[in-house]
Amino acid sequence: MDTFTEFAKTFAVGGLLCAIGQILVDKTKLTPARILTCYVVAGVVLGALGVYQPLADWAGAGASVPLTGFGNLLAKGVREAVAEKGIIGAFTGGLSATAAGITAAVFFGLIVTLIFKSRDRS
Amino acid sequence: MGTKRMGKQTIRLESRPVILASASVGGKQESKGPLAASFDYLSEDTYFGAKTWESAESAMLKKCFDLSLQKAAIQADTLDYIFSGDLLNQCVGSAFGIKDSNVPHFGLYGACSTMAESLSLAAMTIDGGFANTVCALTSSHFCSAERQFRLPLNYGGLRPPTAQWTATAAGSLILSAEGEGPVVTHVTTGKIVDAGVTDANNMGAAMAPAALETLCTHFADTGRTPDYYDIIATGDLCEVGSAILRELSSLNGYDLSSNHNDCGLLIYDRGKKDIAAGGSGCGCGASVLAGYFLPKLRSGEIKRLLFAATGALMSPTTTLQGESILGICHAVAIENLGGAC
Repeated sequence: MDTFTEFAKTFAVGGLLCAIGQILVDKTKLTPARILTCYVVAGVVLGALGVYQPLADWAGAGASVPLTGFGNLLAKGVREAVAEKGIIGAFTGGLSATAAGITAAVFFGLIVTLIFKSRDRS
Repeated sequence: MGTKRMGKQTIRLESRPVILASASVGGKQESKGPLAASFDYLSEDTYFGAKTWESAESAMLKKCFDLSLQKAAIQADTLDYIFSGDLLNQCVGSAFGIKDSNVPHFGLYGACSTMAESLSLAAMTIDGGFANTVCALTSSHFCSAERQFRLPLNYGGLRPPTAQWTATAAGSLILSAEGEGPVVTHVTTGKIVDAGVTDANNMGAAMAPAALETLCTHFADTGRTPDYYDIIATGDLCEVGSAILRELSSLNGYDLSSNHNDCGLLIYDRGKKDIAAGGSGCGCGASVLAGYFLPKLRSGEIKRLLFAATGALMSPTTTLQGESILGICHAVAIENLGGAC
């Protein structure tokens, strides 16, 4: 039953964040790239305000996998690095905390381009 | 010179350059459309045997060029000029496609109006006595155009219902000072019209005022009315732009409701996902003219065609900078003066 509750919470929060994105795609003229950037920035702001982390603790991957989770991680990394190294942490903390995600994106991107060829959509 | 000009923007081609032969080539999407049977060659492989989308476009253009020479039963060295254009930066689709032809080449850019532009110039060059046999050639490829003008092919962004689908197609016409076939009688060269539309996903609306301007000027210059023509074919205004054109022209006293059609509307089944408002791209108008309308003119099924291809003049940079999409439309009157020819 506990597992089911975990899944339900993850699905509900992740789904809600995606649904907001879908509404922005359908109802506004924002390009997908702009929406993604807004999500990262929103995550940073909500993370800095201390709102996002409780949500991430509660919903797990439902809140950490969407791009707002990436923003939250940037804010969290900065906060920890500043506490540890002082003001220089504001410049190093964000990327250190998110390095795994960024490197994985570059690495898997490279692998995919080596394996696959661009395909027509028709 | 004075006698050839009629009114402000129209010229009369007294020597009546003949369209000896025409050929069209299409890709996979085109093979699923209602005009599939009109193409001389359709390729399920949209790479056309090449390794990149750009060289695929050149290979398609070359195939079309070769087919038109074959249909006209001439060799490339008979040609005095090639007028050719496409949608790629620096017109490389054309340049690489015909590099081995050994024929003097004029590279053109008129966006989706390029076929009417190359046909106009080819016919004028013959009428002026500067050439005997000329090729007018144009292509567009969905995959190369998509990353040239919009986004990387695999980006997967959503297409709004006003967006048009760039045709993977090419059209080639062989014109000659003598011979049998439909003739080019008049050319009305369009002016650039800025309708203030900034949405690159709504090119029909951006180009409709240019089509209106050129058609009205053509009728005023020649003294003709729309009913003189069996078909007035614009390309590619599609659904949105065609509706705007018909409404605006009736306000200007020209009723297009009975004989207007649009190449972008003809080429695909519009009910289909992704096609949205219809087809576009230089290859759309070019292949519909070469494969669908010209055989009808040749057989006498239609006698008088006004081919009015429209183009949206813009680059991704100007669009990002918030500039509006400029429209242009060139009209070419093609007629069958005899019986079946």
